[in-house]
Amino acid sequence: MNTNPDFRTPEFSARGRRADSLFRYATIAAGAIVLLVLGAVAFTTTKRAWPALDSMGLDFFTSDRWAPNEKFFGARSFIYGSLVASTIAVVLAIPVSIGIALFTTQVVPARWRRPIVYLVDLLAVVPSVVFGLWGILVFAKHVDGFYGFLHDVLGPIPVVGDLFGEGSGRGYMTAGIILAIMITPIITSLAREVIDTCPPADREGAYALGATRWEMIRGTVLPYSKGGLVGAVMLGLGRAMGETIAVALVIGSTANISANLFASGDALPARIANEWGEAEGTWRAALIGLAVTLFAVTILVNLAATAVVNRSLAKSQGTR
Amino acid sequence: MLSTKNRSVSLLAVSLGLALFAGACGDDGGSTAAATGSTAKTGTTKPAASSGATAAPTTTVAPKVEVTGTLNASGATFPKGFYEVAIAEFKKAQPKATLTYAGGGSGKGRTDLQSQVVDWAGSDGLVKDADKPNYKGGEFLYFPTVVAPITVSYNLDGVDKLNLSAETVAKIFQREIKTWDDAAIVAENPDAKAKLTGNITVAHRSDGSGTTEHFTIYLNKSVGAGGTGVWKLKSGSTVEWPADTQAGNGNAGVAQIVKDTKGAIGYVDFSDAKATGLKFASLKNKAGKFVAPSLDGASAAAEGATVNPDLSYDPLWAEGDKAYPIAAPTWILAYVKQTDKAKGETLKTFLRFMLTDGQKLAPSIDYAPLPKGLDEKAIAQLDKLQIPV
Repeated sequence: MNTNPDFRTPEFSARGRRADSLFRYATIAAGAIVLLVLGAVAFTTTKRAWPALDSMGLDFFTSDRWAPNEKFFGARSFIYGSLVASTIAVVLAIPVSIGIALFTTQVVPARWRRPIVYLVDLLAVVPSVVFGLWGILVFAKHVDGFYGFLHDVLGPIPVVGDLFGEGSGRGYMTAGIILAIMITPIITSLAREVIDTCPPADREGAYALGATRWEMIRGTVLPYSKGGLVGAVMLGLGRAMGETIAVALVIGSTANISANLFASGDALPARIANEWGEAEGTWRAALIGLAVTLFAVTILVNLAATAVVNRSLAKSQGTR
Repeated sequence: MLSTKNRSVSLLAVSLGLALFAGACGDDGGSTAAATGSTAKTGTTKPAASSGATAAPTTTVAPKVEVTGTLNASGATFPKGFYEVAIAEFKKAQPKATLTYAGGGSGKGRTDLQSQVVDWAGSDGLVKDADKPNYKGGEFLYFPTVVAPITVSYNLDGVDKLNLSAETVAKIFQREIKTWDDAAIVAENPDAKAKLTGNITVAHRSDGSGTTEHFTIYLNKSVGAGGTGVWKLKSGSTVEWPADTQAGNGNAGVAQIVKDTKGAIGYVDFSDAKATGLKFASLKNKAGKFVAPSLDGASAAAEGATVNPDLSYDPLWAEGDKAYPIAAPTWILAYVKQTDKAKGETLKTFLRFMLTDGQKLAPSIDYAPLPKGLDEKAIAQLDKLQIPV
């Protein structure tokens, strides 16, 4: 041990400089690895999917006919199913998650906070296959009647009624609800962290100006944490789009495009999981093609969301 | 109750059989034992050797060869129940051998065998000639193992017996017949006319499956392109089912839909249909007789099928009055050239077990044994396996 640490000794700062540059390279390497892995994944999957992509051409993305026994592969109905189910999931999960996050950070007394947070986080560790089995064996069986009720009530309304047609317990809506339950804890815990970063000074300032609790939340907490909240939702959306087994069990597994939210459909990852075991040759290539498509769709959705957020952030920060 | 009893009886038969087997395969086993040295030594310390010693120092009762290899396999899920039971029984006789069967689907099994990830593969279907060059280990053999009926199961109150022709089945699964009181169904079941009411819900597999493949081959052969042309979806492990049908994962998933839904119909393998307690239809076979699914019906179908030199055969829509029309075959695929001595010997011993004592195990878990003749051909084929010395 050095009894007289002198921070200005030449050795020390030389070592410091070396550590500094080492740190810089290490972080650059870490960042590069992410890009490298992404690039490698994109390259290999595209290469292995090429036999199918090559023989199908653009039809691979635009056709909704999927007939492995005739070597015809069109992914459109699965892209549609993935988007519809994850949209339902996000629409249902956003108000609930942000509600829980606001509740635990702003409303609930401090001593109740931990158990509630703990319970919500517990939901995140339930394996997806458990959700899937519960979905198919319990939920799908009993939700049938409720869908029928919604169809009877909302069905006759023009345009909106098309969304609530007849159906069974296996379809987009059931998949969306199961996914919503699965992504709620993720969005909640991230949203909680984000909301917690709102400076107390801002909040107390709002109170000082005579704001009610809701006005304070709307005026300071939400604008302050908007970017982070969208990030939280994006992570949830990513999870919903990639979720495989739970969706495979409840979405109904038919290559179908329908505005009816209660109809059966299929999602990209679910189709891969269902058919992988029996697939060979071009069929296998086509399933890898579905993975490439999922990759691309996820990136596109994320880019679009980031663009929207940046624009709205610029706007709201301009007024602040 | 009955099945447990059956099972213990057949287990007894197997253990008896094994003792005989140890003696019966003496000729073959003896020669390998002599050649292998160390394995032969472990064999001589076994009780079998002591009986040999008391009889005579000649080789009339040869010691049982103990095999020590590790065999990994994957493939068809349809015979998985049977393979697991057979492997467990085999391990009792050969405690030093390690065998695993991972399932995963016929396609996975074939792909794994191609790249030599597994030592043998289970497959419900045959390998296309175009794919054969992809098999890195060269030439491979088909060993048929069991046959099993695929049922057309339904859920209709008060109807305990339902007769269906292939044409009606095809129309139901294509959604051309949508209600149970359709004239075509009533004509085949005049006695049940009053109970045939309500809408039909069609259940099929959501995952790619050999069961789907065999079911659609049956429809394609009987009333498809080759026949009357009623069946238009062709055949394959996944076909383009109409959108207003229900899909379940695995045989158990389809069985669940049929069980839960009034008016549902679906194709489910025999053992799952029985385990779920479903009612199944009698199907009209090629000879024009309505036959209920049974192990005897499946064996009869296999007997009526022509066996090719490579031991591939097609028991679907087979000839014969007793033949059940959807009897599904399944095979074990293994390379001719074995590269590892211990593995090769274990494989040969295991396959011999499957084709002899394993066959007696099959009925206890609702699989039909191979018909006489086919099992002998498969045993004869064992000699084609090339094991390094």
